[in-house]
Amino acid sequence: MENILNHIGIENYLFLSVILFCIGVFGVLYRRNAIIVFMSIEIMLNAVNLLFVAFSTYHQDAEGQVFVFFSMAVAAAEVAVGLAILVAIFRNIGSIDIANLKNLKG
Amino acid sequence: MSTVLLIFYILSAFTLATAFLTIYSKNPIHSAIYLVLCMVSIMGHYLLFNAQFLALVQLIVYAGAIMVLFLFTIMLMNLNKEDEVHKPRMTRYAAVIIFILLCGVLTYVFVDTKPIMGEYDVTGQDFQSIKVLGKVLLNEYMVPFEFVSILLLTAMLGVVLLSKKEKSTR
Amino acid sequence: MEKNLVLIVLLAPFIGFLGNVFFGKKAGKGFAGALGTVAVAISFALSVYFFLQVNQTGKPIAVTLFDWITVSNFKLDFGIVLDQLSLLWLLFVTGIGSLIHLYSISYMHEDENMHKFFSYLNLFVFFMITLVVGSNILIMFIGWEGVGLCSYLLIGFWYKNQDYNDAAKKAFIMNRIGDLGFLIGIFILGSMFSTLDYAQLKAAITAGNVDTTKLTVAALCLFIGAMGKSAQLPLYTWLPDAMAGPTPVSALIHAATMVTAGIFMITRLNFIFDLTPLVQNIIAIVGAVTALVAASIGLFQNDIKKVLAYSTVSQLGLMFLALGLGAYNVAVFHVITHAFFKACLFLGSGSVIHAMYHEQDMRRMGGLRKIMPITFATMMIATLAISGIPPFSGFFSKDEILLTAFHANIPLWIIASLASIMTAFYMFRLMYLTFYRDFRGTEEQKHHLHESPSLMTLPLIVLAILSLVGGVISLPFGGSWLNHYLAPLFNGSHAEHHLGTTEYILMAVAVAGGLIGIGMAYAKFLKGGAVPKEDHEMTGLAKTIYHKYYVDEGYMALIVKPINGLARFFRDTLEPALSQLVFSLGSLANGLGNLGARVQNGSIGLYLFAFVIGFSVLFIYLFLA
Repeated sequence: MENILNHIGIENYLFLSVILFCIGVFGVLYRRNAIIVFMSIEIMLNAVNLLFVAFSTYHQDAEGQVFVFFSMAVAAAEVAVGLAILVAIFRNIGSIDIANLKNLKG
Repeated sequence: MSTVLLIFYILSAFTLATAFLTIYSKNPIHSAIYLVLCMVSIMGHYLLFNAQFLALVQLIVYAGAIMVLFLFTIMLMNLNKEDEVHKPRMTRYAAVIIFILLCGVLTYVFVDTKPIMGEYDVTGQDFQSIKVLGKVLLNEYMVPFEFVSILLLTAMLGVVLLSKKEKSTR
Repeated sequence: MEKNLVLIVLLAPFIGFLGNVFFGKKAGKGFAGALGTVAVAISFALSVYFFLQVNQTGKPIAVTLFDWITVSNFKLDFGIVLDQLSLLWLLFVTGIGSLIHLYSISYMHEDENMHKFFSYLNLFVFFMITLVVGSNILIMFIGWEGVGLCSYLLIGFWYKNQDYNDAAKKAFIMNRIGDLGFLIGIFILGSMFSTLDYAQLKAAITAGNVDTTKLTVAALCLFIGAMGKSAQLPLYTWLPDAMAGPTPVSALIHAATMVTAGIFMITRLNFIFDLTPLVQNIIAIVGAVTALVAASIGLFQNDIKKVLAYSTVSQLGLMFLALGLGAYNVAVFHVITHAFFKACLFLGSGSVIHAMYHEQDMRRMGGLRKIMPITFATMMIATLAISGIPPFSGFFSKDEILLTAFHANIPLWIIASLASIMTAFYMFRLMYLTFYRDFRGTEEQKHHLHESPSLMTLPLIVLAILSLVGGVISLPFGGSWLNHYLAPLFNGSHAEHHLGTTEYILMAVAVAGGLIGIGMAYAKFLKGGAVPKEDHEMTGLAKTIYHKYYVDEGYMALIVKPINGLARFFRDTLEPALSQLVFSLGSLANGLGNLGARVQNGSIGLYLFAFVIGFSVLFIYLFLA
């Protein structure tokens, strides 16, 4: 079985991951809607997962994929809890604009 | 230019475009749908690597469960109107600048690590079929695996507790 | 065996102290008194045993208990030395101590805190023994501070009276001034010789090659310490005030033992003072002046204990005069006889005060001779002794001091003689006012008058006998036992005075002086029946002297007031300024904090920006820099 990386090259995946991750960061900074922010975070997570899988193939080792599996499980839990929190916030203040969430002020 | 590389480029362009549109769409429902597409394209990358297990999980967890959750939440809040006020201009420019900065920095960092270009190892062993991964997960990683189940259970309980309506009406 | 016995001498009073502290209150007054007395008596018995041994063999008993301090080349053992000098002190500290304990059982039996009293007394004896028997100056310093503490506790024993507390504080603070000098002296000696052990110090100093200037400073500092403890000018004012304590305390601490610690120290370190003639001269002059000034104040005091207090100061001055003239054995002799007759006088006055319902003013007394015959007789003997009438003990010791002074320096002799004439006068004034003519107190007091119980008169009788015959330890007719006994301690024998015509004339002069003083007192107070005027009627010189030359007021104006003023300046001007400074620093930090807090406005967007920028910077720093 041939290695797919012989065709594509690990550096291409690096650039793809980095750009995807930066798009996620950009989204977090750019948008005020908390749900979109959440989605951006998911994009970042996926960028990292993608790199993990790429390196798993690069090293011909399953460990990277196992790790991705765990990170997906955590992401699932995080999304569930995060969205529940958002719902609770929305219920309380009627908005999920992060500009309105000022309770962190000391 | 091999077929595989061509597929990769097309897939990558699709991934980046949908990711960008996720962020850029004004309507949250559009965003959610673009995100689904993005996830599916990433699944495509996994398939390219022949990582079947992860591809399936990606499809089920992200494109299925998580996206359904997102859509549900959006519907619940009735956010499909395009009523979001934009951030101040300053903030938006700053976000763009930081996007470029971070891109540069990370790319530079990874290029700087000088990964081996050209020939890659082929052990010929099967390391990523569902069968092998299952053995690895339930032998070497059994304890973390069980902990993941506890984590999910806890998250579930937490979500139920959080979204339950409080009895006292304030 | 010997080591254990030595330890018992030291620790018996301490055990008595612990016993009284922990069990005294529960076990009752009888137990407290008995325990305290027995503890000291055990020490006394063992002291006698060791004294006899050393007197026979002439060899000091030295016991090293443990290595105490070892810092680079400075090494100090915790040891005990029982030599001729420390044994002599031990004898009268524990001997008179036991008598006074015995006396206190009766004197204090009405006091609810009797166990406390006895525990303090025992602690005092313990520290006094420590002071005396230590093998180096630092141990002496421990005892020195310890007796100071006990003195403070006992002066303020009746702590409900604020005046007494003030007197206690005064004594403590005045002593502290002296102690500082003592401590500095110790430091200088330690830095010079890398040791504080008496024997090693003596060896090092007598070996020569000593920086005399430094040694002089050290000796001066030591003398300042002695000045504080032994109530010499200008640090003497605490002693008369210390009479606020119970009378047995005055007898034990402020007459017989603690105040002689300064003399002990100088005698112990005589090899240092021998090399510093300048300090010796200072000592002699200070002693002589103190003797005269204190005696003159004593002439006009009306409080029976104050008279005795000034007389103590005056006698201590005479001892310092002898020390300054290098006649250490003479000073020691006078310390011993003085301990006898002054303890007797104080206990006698205590007996009188006890009978008079704690009335101390001699103008309210009189005619007690018939009612209190034993007290009267014993006090009379002691008074004759202090006045220098042969063959009482005081005659011999005082006469030796006068002889020494005459041979060394005529003006000092004149001053000392004047002081002893005054002593005779005011002591007999005290006797006449207290015991002769008619009773001047209230009817109620008159009804109450009685002779003291035997527990109180027994110590009086013993002490009176000792004041009568105490002189035999150093008779001037050659072959003085004391001089012989103490000879190993001193460098170069101070040639005994051969009794020639001059000496006999001097003796006659001294006795005549004493008789003149007595005669004047007799004429004025017994024949003339004069009673000192009330406080507000006094005028001129008498008033000045009665108010102790306004020394306390002088100290008040010269030291206390300026310090108070300085303190007020610090409090009202400097402290606000300083706190302004400090507070402004604080508000600066506060302002900076507020400035920083403005960034922390709760906007998640801003936080995220900061987070990402920080992340980028970190990356640049870690991987690109």
